[in-house]
Amino acid sequence: MKVAIDGRAVDVRTGTLVAAAIELAAPGVGARLSPSGSRRQPLCGMGVCGECRVTVDGRAHTLGCQTLCTEGMEIRTDA
Amino acid sequence: MHELLASLVVVGAGPAGLAAAAKASAAGVDVVLLDAAPAPGGQIWRARHAVAAAPVARALARLAGAGVQVLTGTRVVMALPERTLLIDGPDGAFRLHWDRLILATGARERLLPFPGWTLPGVFGAGGLQALVKGGWPIRGRRVLVAGTGPLLLAVASALRREGAQLVGIAEEAGSAALARFAAALLRQPGKGWQALQLGASLRGVPLLHGHRIVAADGDGRVQRVVLEEGGSTRTVACDALAAGWGLVPRTELGQSLGCALAPRFGADALVVDGAQRTSVPGVFAVGECAGIAGAQAAQLQGEIAGQVVANELTGAAAPPARLARRLAREHAFAAAVAATFPAPAHWADRLRDDTLVCRCEDVPWSALRDHADLRSAKLATRCGMGHCQGRLCHDTLAAVMHWPRLPVRPPLTPAPLAALLAIQDPRFSIEETST
Repeated sequence: MKVAIDGRAVDVRTGTLVAAAIELAAPGVGARLSPSGSRRQPLCGMGVCGECRVTVDGRAHTLGCQTLCTEGMEIRTDA
Repeated sequence: MHELLASLVVVGAGPAGLAAAAKASAAGVDVVLLDAAPAPGGQIWRARHAVAAAPVARALARLAGAGVQVLTGTRVVMALPERTLLIDGPDGAFRLHWDRLILATGARERLLPFPGWTLPGVFGAGGLQALVKGGWPIRGRRVLVAGTGPLLLAVASALRREGAQLVGIAEEAGSAALARFAAALLRQPGKGWQALQLGASLRGVPLLHGHRIVAADGDGRVQRVVLEEGGSTRTVACDALAAGWGLVPRTELGQSLGCALAPRFGADALVVDGAQRTSVPGVFAVGECAGIAGAQAAQLQGEIAGQVVANELTGAAAPPARLARRLAREHAFAAAVAATFPAPAHWADRLRDDTLVCRCEDVPWSALRDHADLRSAKLATRCGMGHCQGRLCHDTLAAVMHWPRLPVRPPLTPAPLAALLAIQDPRFSIEETST
């Protein structure tokens, strides 16, 4: 299926987490910017730490590690 | 805003919650089963590339046959008065009324701060395994697994199967403690065999016992990790660090309902009796939230609680004594695990002034250590006021500073304002309880 990450189309398998799709599209780029501006990647992988937060289809603060990609999903790491 | 009513609500669809829902529904109890994840299974039975683990597929087939409603992507926002939960799910918020409530909320990893732990490429050990099952690319990447506990070996084995290049497993426990544990393991019929298989799957991977993480380092992402053993250090080059120091019961929902808490198997857990009843009438706790004891104990506890609830509501048979006997063996093993792999002491020695203790709000150790208690630290620095609500940093500070934990406050999970407005209960004032 296809999702868009920061406007760029990416092909992912069924069952791919939003957090994983971001890493597949651009390794090491990560998800969230911390208050002092450092780039973060998911830490806990199970919905606790919130480091994977991105905007999904306009919904801010969506947990990338708890959300599966769906066809046509729009993911933003720069919102 | 709609409402839902069930004789039994089970929160958490891991091994414990699935077993509880299956037992109760088989006896004719109407059950709603919730889980925050996109699919049932919990952590240990998490779906891999959207394919359910075999035990989950079997359990779900049984639940479907018994008419159980399984709601995924669904979180408990808070407990409301009169046996009601405020729930937020994919279709919005609703109130869920229960007559019996079984908490199967599981555990989270104990994730402790160290220099460099905010670098991309540093993960919780179980966290990385969970991400890989959801498609996180790991093939060909050099991974160091470090911390303490049997989970490290399971994670290492799983990552290797997915094509990761394991550069080492650094276990803080020393060789003498590990030898005692191995001997205890081999005396357990099923577990000895599992351990041998695990050992075979990790053949050739350097096992560094008595080693602990000093720091992770790299340019924009982790590239190397410094380990220490008995005063000497070594540097390991890697692309990813999977670090964890055991598990911590997720007790917040139970605490907010008023359930008593006490230390069990090395961490605070919901107190239960032999029927898995908590201190609050009608509320049961099963699995890791009642003490870290593994998936087999979780299933047995789930079966017991499910059968006790069915007995109370429908007069079905009480749980047979053999379940309690099997559970006692699992608990003895859990006690051995807790003794062999304790949470590390003197963690403050591992922090530098600029080590971020609170990742949500970027609060360094130097800004926290001179406070008198958690409340003072939180009000002055915002530590614990970010997304994780102190799940990580307050765990650390409670352990390092011996500060008492702050009471659990709703909402239990960040929720849209629309969900909170949906409470619609005049007895419940948002002003009184929100932080």
